[in-house]
Formats: sequence, C-alpha cells, structure tokens
Amino acid sequence: MSVAGIFETTQYLTFKLEDEVFALDISKVREVLDFTTVTKVPRTPDFMRGVINLRGSVVPVVDMRLKFGMEATEKTVNTCIIITEISLDGETTVLGALADSVQEVIDLEPDQIEPPPRIGTRLKTEFIKGMGKRDDRFLMILDIDTVFSADELSLVQGTEPVLTQT
Amino acid sequence: MTDKHIAAYKEEAYELLADLESSLMELEESPDDTELIGRVFRAMHTIKGSGAMFGFDDIAAFTHEVETAFDKVRNGTVRVTSGLIDVTLRARDRIRSMLDASETGEGADKAEADEIIAALRKLVASGDVSPEAETLPVPKNVKKKPTEARGPVTYRIRFRPDREIFSTGTNPLPLLQELREMGDCRVIAHTDAVPMLEEIDPEGCYTCWDIILTTDKGTNAVRDVFIFIEDSCSLNIDEIDKKELSNEEAHKRLGDILIERGDLSEQDLRKALGKQRRIGELLVEEGVVDERQIESALAEQKHVKEAREKRQGAEASQTIRVPSDRLDALVNLVGELVTVQARLSQTSASSSDAGLLSIAEEVERLTGELRDNTMSLRMLPIGTTFSKFRRLVRDLSAELGREVEMTTDGAETELDKTVIEKLNDPLVHLIRNSIDHGIEPPDVREAADKPRKGTIHLSAEHSGANVLISIRDDGAGLDAGEIRAKAVERGLIAPDAELHEKEIFSLILAPGFSTAKKVTSVSGRGVGMDVVKKAIDSLRGTIDISSTRGAGTTMTLRLPLTLAIIEGLLVEIGTEFFIFPLSAVEECVELTAAESAVSSGGHLAHVRGQIVPYIRLREQFSIGGSRPPIEQIVIVGLDGQKIGFVVDNVVGEHQTVIKTLGKVYQDIEGISGATILGDGTVALILDIPKLFVAVERQATV
Amino acid sequence: MGKIIMAVDDSASVRQLVSFTLKGAGYEVVEAVDGREALEKLKGAAVNMVITDLNMPNLDGIGLIRETRANAAHKFTPIIMLTTESQESKKAEGKTAGATGWIVKPFKPEQLIAVVKKVLG
Repeated sequence: MSVAGIFETTQYLTFKLEDEVFALDISKVREVLDFTTVTKVPRTPDFMRGVINLRGSVVPVVDMRLKFGMEATEKTVNTCIIITEISLDGETTVLGALADSVQEVIDLEPDQIEPPPRIGTRLKTEFIKGMGKRDDRFLMILDIDTVFSADELSLVQGTEPVLTQT
Repeated sequence: MTDKHIAAYKEEAYELLADLESSLMELEESPDDTELIGRVFRAMHTIKGSGAMFGFDDIAAFTHEVETAFDKVRNGTVRVTSGLIDVTLRARDRIRSMLDASETGEGADKAEADEIIAALRKLVASGDVSPEAETLPVPKNVKKKPTEARGPVTYRIRFRPDREIFSTGTNPLPLLQELREMGDCRVIAHTDAVPMLEEIDPEGCYTCWDIILTTDKGTNAVRDVFIFIEDSCSLNIDEIDKKELSNEEAHKRLGDILIERGDLSEQDLRKALGKQRRIGELLVEEGVVDERQIESALAEQKHVKEAREKRQGAEASQTIRVPSDRLDALVNLVGELVTVQARLSQTSASSSDAGLLSIAEEVERLTGELRDNTMSLRMLPIGTTFSKFRRLVRDLSAELGREVEMTTDGAETELDKTVIEKLNDPLVHLIRNSIDHGIEPPDVREAADKPRKGTIHLSAEHSGANVLISIRDDGAGLDAGEIRAKAVERGLIAPDAELHEKEIFSLILAPGFSTAKKVTSVSGRGVGMDVVKKAIDSLRGTIDISSTRGAGTTMTLRLPLTLAIIEGLLVEIGTEFFIFPLSAVEECVELTAAESAVSSGGHLAHVRGQIVPYIRLREQFSIGGSRPPIEQIVIVGLDGQKIGFVVDNVVGEHQTVIKTLGKVYQDIEGISGATILGDGTVALILDIPKLFVAVERQATV
Repeated sequence: MGKIIMAVDDSASVRQLVSFTLKGAGYEVVEAVDGREALEKLKGAAVNMVITDLNMPNLDGIGLIRETRANAAHKFTPIIMLTTESQESKKAEGKTAGATGWIVKPFKPEQLIAVVKKVLG
C-alpha cells in the first residue's frame, strides 16, 4: 500500500532527534552545516532558535526538538543544521533545521512507505507524510513544507505584547 | 482698453472743453492771470495725453499744437492776445467736433484743422518749434522693428550704483531680478566697499554687482533695464561670448579675464605667474585684486563654459545607461566588501602591526567612499513616479464622478531605486483611497462651501536619513467615531479602549478594515490599507495619518533613503550584538552617572538637565546573564522626543550592510533586519520608530 | 497681501486707466486728483509706490515728489512720473526732486506694469 503523492523511488536524508529517526525528501535539502553560533531574535518562541550567517545571508534556524515537543537541543559534536528550501506562501525560503545528528541518504521505493498512523506519535499527523521502513525500523518522513508552514511559524509573529514592562 | 474707458475719456474731454471755454473767456478779461493760463495749459495737456492713450490720435496730434502754444504763454515768451484767444477758441471747437465725429464715424474736416494750426504757429512764430519733429507726438514707441534674430549672447555687466541711489526710491534688487528673467544669469555682489559699522551711512548704497548674463534679447534690452538710473550709476555692458565664436576656442584664463575687466595690470599678472601656484590665491595674497573680484571672474569663466556646453548639449551626452541589474550586482559586491573590511579592521586592531593598521585604515576610508558613490548611483528622483499618478488620478476621478486636481512638490527628491519601485503600489493605493473615500463628489463639496474640484497634493522631501512622502487631500477627512465603531465591531479593539485620535486613525491600517459604506471597484473591499502598511513596513518605513474632519487627510510615509547600507552604532548586551541606526542616535552616556542625578530611581535618567525615560533592552529582549556594573544608555531621538536604551557596552560605529530577516521573522516588532559582523556573527538591527511606539505604549500603561 | 500703489492725476480717465491696469495685475490702488490730496492720503496710508502726473492744479507732480521725499516714511518709496516726450526738462527736474523713474505718455498697460515691476520688484 502506497501513500498518495509518492509514486517513485525517492532519496531521503535521515536524521535523529533524541532517539527517533526522521527523513526528509532530499530535494528539499540544500546542505548540512556543523553547528554554529545562532543569534536569538528577541520575543520569539523558543523553538525559533534565531538566525545564522550562511555565507553572507541571514538564515532562520528552527530547533526541531522543541518544535516536536521534545527537550531543547543540547549542543554535541554531532549537532548539525540541515539547510532546507521550503515553499512559504508560494515563495522559496531558506530555513535551517537543528538536528542531533545526520544519519545517511537512503532510497525508498513507494511500496516501502506506509501512511502515517492516526495515533501513537507525539507529532501532529499532518507533519508526517508517511512511515518509511528500513531494516525493521520505522522512520518518519516529514512534510517539511507543512512543518514550516506560515501557520506554524506564525507563532513567531506578534505572539507577545511588544515590550513587557519589567 | 474697454469701451468703458473710452467713454470715460470722452466725458472727461467734454468737461475739460467746457471748462476751457470759460477759462479762455476769463483770460481775455485778465490776460496776465497765471493761474488761468495754467488751467488752459493743463486742459490741453490732459486732452492730448489721454487722447493718445485712448486711441484718439488725431485729437492728440491737433491738441499738441495748442498745448505747445500755451506752453510758450506759460513761459512768458508769448503774450495772451485776443487773437490768440480767438484761435484757441476755434481750436477748442475743432477738438469738440473731432470728439463728436468719433461718435458718428464721420471724417473730420482736415482743411480746417490745418488752417487753425497755421494760424496758431503764426501767432507764436517767435518760437523755436521745429514742426517736423514735434507735429506727431504719438508714434515714437508704437512698434519696434523686430530685431534681427540672433542667438544668445553672453554679457558682462558691471553695475556700480551711486552711493545716493536709494534717495530716488530706487531699489537695485528688482533690476537684478529683471536681468535674471532675461536669461541665464549669475550675479556676484561686491561688498568690500561696505565700511565699518561706525562709519556706515545707513542710507547709502555700498554694494556693487558683476552680472554675467546669457540672453538673446540684445544689448539695448539689457541697457533698458537700467534706464531710470543711467545718470546715477556707472554701468559697463560688454559682450564676452558670442554664438558665432567657435566652441573649440580656448576658454579665457582667469588672468586674462581680470585684465580685460581692468581689475589687474598685465605686469602684476606676469609677476604672479612667475610663481607656480593657483593664480587666484596668489593674486589675492599679493593684494593686487581682492577675493570678490576673483570670485566674480571665476564665475564668468564658469558661466561662459556652461553657456558653450549648453550649445553643444545635444551632441555629446554626459550620461551613460547601465542595466539596473549590473548596478544591483555592484551594490551587493560593495556590501560584501564592507563586511570584509570590517573584519580586516577588527583583526588589524587586535594585532600590534602598525603597518597593517594603517593599511586597514586606508581600506576603510576607500570602502566608505566606494560605498557612498555606489549608493548614489542608485538614487533616482521620485518625479517619474509622481507623474505616472497624474493619469491614475484622471482616470479614477472620471470613474468615480469626482473632480480632482493633482499637485506635486519635491519631484526632484532622490531616493533608492528599489525603494521607489516598491513604493509604487502603496502610493497607488493611498491615492485611490483619497479619491474614493476622501474627496467628496462635486455637489457635496459645493454644499460644504468647498471648491467643486478637490485637490490631491503629493510631496516628497528629505529629512535626515529619511525621505518623507505625503499624500494630502482636501476631502472629507476621517471620521474618528465611525472608525472606532467599526474597529469595535470587527473586534480590533475593546469597546472601552482609550485611544488617542492618532491611534484611532491608525486602525484603518489594520487587516480587514474598511469604512466605505459602499463597496466600489476601486477600494472598499476590505483589503488595501493593511497591504499598504505591510509594504511600507518591508521598506523599514512608517505611516503617519493626520486628518481634520471636513478639511482633509494627510498620510505621511517616512522611508529610509536606502535599503542596502546604513551607518550603525554597534552595542553589546550579554553575548548578543545589536545595531542602532546612527542617524537616530543622539549620544551615549554611562547609566550610573546619569541616574545618580535622579532621586526617584524610576526609569528616568537625568541627562544634561533633561529627564529622559529609558528602558533596559536586556529585559525587553529577555536576554539572560547579569548586568555589568556600569551600563551605557544610548539616547535616541525621534520627532523631537528622546528615549534612552540601556545596553551593556557600546562597541562603536559600524558600517551596516542590511540583510533582511526573511519572511519568517518579518513581523518582529523592534527589529528591522540583521547584519553580519566582521567575525561572521549576526547582529540585529533595531527598529527605532517601532521601539518608540512600544515604549510609549508602556509609558501610558 | 497686494502692494499698494497711489495713482495721482487730475485726469479721471488716466487715473481710471492706471488704476484698472494695476488692479488687473494684482496691486491695490489708491487714487488722488492732485498733489495736495496725494500728500494728504500719503500721511496715513502704507503706500508702496506712487505714480504721479506732473501737470496738476494745487500741487504739481514735482512739488509732490519733493514733499514726499521730505517725509521720512516715504524717503525711499519709489515714485514714477508720467511725462510727455516734450517735457525733457521736466523729466530732469523730476529726477532732481527725487523721482525714481518715468513713463512717457501715451503708454500701453503692459509698459506701465513693466515699469512697476522694475521699481517695486
């Protein structure tokens, strides 16, 4: 049984958050960076880690663990930033995703992918495109455009009263 | 000239003739009465003078003869005799019949007139009147022969009014203005003759002028400007550049001009030329000419050069066209260079290599110049955008049944090409709004005692590092009550919210707001003003709305001159870096010292005798860590108000290449962008106007 | 505010023509029939310029110019005299008395305006 929208063999980049493995359509990934200094933008939710300098461009970085309700990412030697290209309101936007480690690039046939379970994951089901099966392990294939959709990121916008009196 | 004036003249002439008759009778009785003689003379004088002006040339010419005769009587060269009275009475009757004839259109009897004149001349024959020259007073300046068409000529006019020029009520300044209106004109005033205050005669004129004028009106026209004061000034008018002169001919050298003007002797010039310096400086130093004379001669040199260049004008253009994407690429490169330069400066500052340090300084200077030059390449006048709107206004007012006139101001104001491009849509929207919601239909305007035709005034002006663009209409103005009601209805504000008028007006910028009672195709679809606000925000600009009910609305956009690079002030809070746009920063002071002057201990600092409210950015931005013992306040001014922002440390000035934070962070209040520091880390650029608003909001809580 | 010009002439038609022309050009006009009335009216009024005929009863143009110049308030007020070309000597006399300039009668309205502009700015 296959998943709507996935008809051919696709390459995926797999990465780990805590001990769960996730996969991203490789066409959405531009590059993978080592962890670097992230500048926090004030008055934004915690999962918005801030911005980094990507060869002269300023790129926002999202802490995927916080986004998915896990503990905040601790910096280790394996911590990295996956630079993705997503479509936000019809515009291509570059966004960094903070991951504990990057695993590998794999090929998955459409028949290796199953629809996401209705229950049993802590993620919103619309974030998951499907469940890939690899060496008897399941990995969650993310719909990165939805994870980083305007609605999800709009939590950034005007969440708090502008300046709080202290 | 109207019939009314002609009728008035005739009426007056008949009266004068009647009076003349009785005066002549009386004069016959007492021929030595000078008062009577004066009356007769003045009557003739008026009939003649006015006659010529009102088109009665025949009467003027005829009366002139009688006037001339009585002028002699007045002077005592001719005595009043009954013969003279006879002829004059006949002349009077003759004038009368000429006036009558003009009524009926009949030709007057020429023979009789000639006979009277002959008789008069005979009576006053002792006179020295030359009949040829004096018979016809009228024609003199009736029509000038068209002067031969010639190209523009450049004149040097040296105008030295006499000290007493003011005593005849003469003001030299309108004369200079008259010259300016004749062509391309430069005026240099010489004030070196003005004495010390204690010696000055306040009613004397000490100033003289050199004027360089290029005009095609001819020498006589130039001379005519000074016609009233020919005798009370010294005036030299010289042609210094004719059209026929070839453009290739070498420009006159400064020394030659001074000699030609008589300001300098050739000998002195040669002496000065012996030394290898700028001739002007030298001559002044030597005391042979003064600075104003040099300035004046230099102005002449420049003027002639420009006049020639203008003639060549069309042939060789001084501009080249460059595709704008090449320009954009250049700006990007300069941006990167600026960043690298910052890194170089930082690195060299931490090394002890003096040679490296001086190179870094040199690079910094050059980069700054390169940056300014590059930025200026992108500057365009906003005028073209303005003129595009004329059509829009015309079409829209026709569509909506309004009568609207558009006026503009400051079309020459330059701002960044990108800003101009991005400004187009918001401006279109604002203008639409003004016509649709602002300007009332003509009948409504008339009922409100306003001209049927409404006005939309677009203006642009520089204000520091910003450009102010305003759209002003003289329409109905905003209805604060209606806006408020609508905002409550839409849930934008609480029913009991306390808002200033300005805050209420700014509600129309909120998403989904529309006050139009009727939806039209132009506006009032509930989208629009919030889109305008978004667009202006993305340009790092602000919108200010002011409005008077019944009198109109003004929307003022405040926009940065350029989007690419600004001068910034780099500050540090904890491990984070922020940039203040330097244009907004007034000064930086230590907090401890400033605060110690304040007893209350509240968020008010005492700076140079002024109470300045302040906030801690560390707290506002929830930055962890502890405050250093000595903090700095950056005092920022906006629209005459001052607010202090407390930071840990002021690092220094920083050439800030502005990077957008992208869509994800586009609506963060208080942050307008980011920049990359020399070491590669990202610093955030503070949005001062937004922070101000936020601080004000706090202050009112 | 428009500048105020005084037109002095014993001829009503000339006064009317001068006045009409100046008003059309945006000036305000005060009229006087002779030198004496002109002086009287000059006392209280803020007049920016005077245009006067020379031959008038009671006080003629030359006398008016002299008296006006003697008045401190109008020491520098431009005064234009209306002359005829047969009055060269009068013109000189007027200049000596302190006239600013002259207009030769007959004149066209645009000539009048040009002269007013020249001295009044």
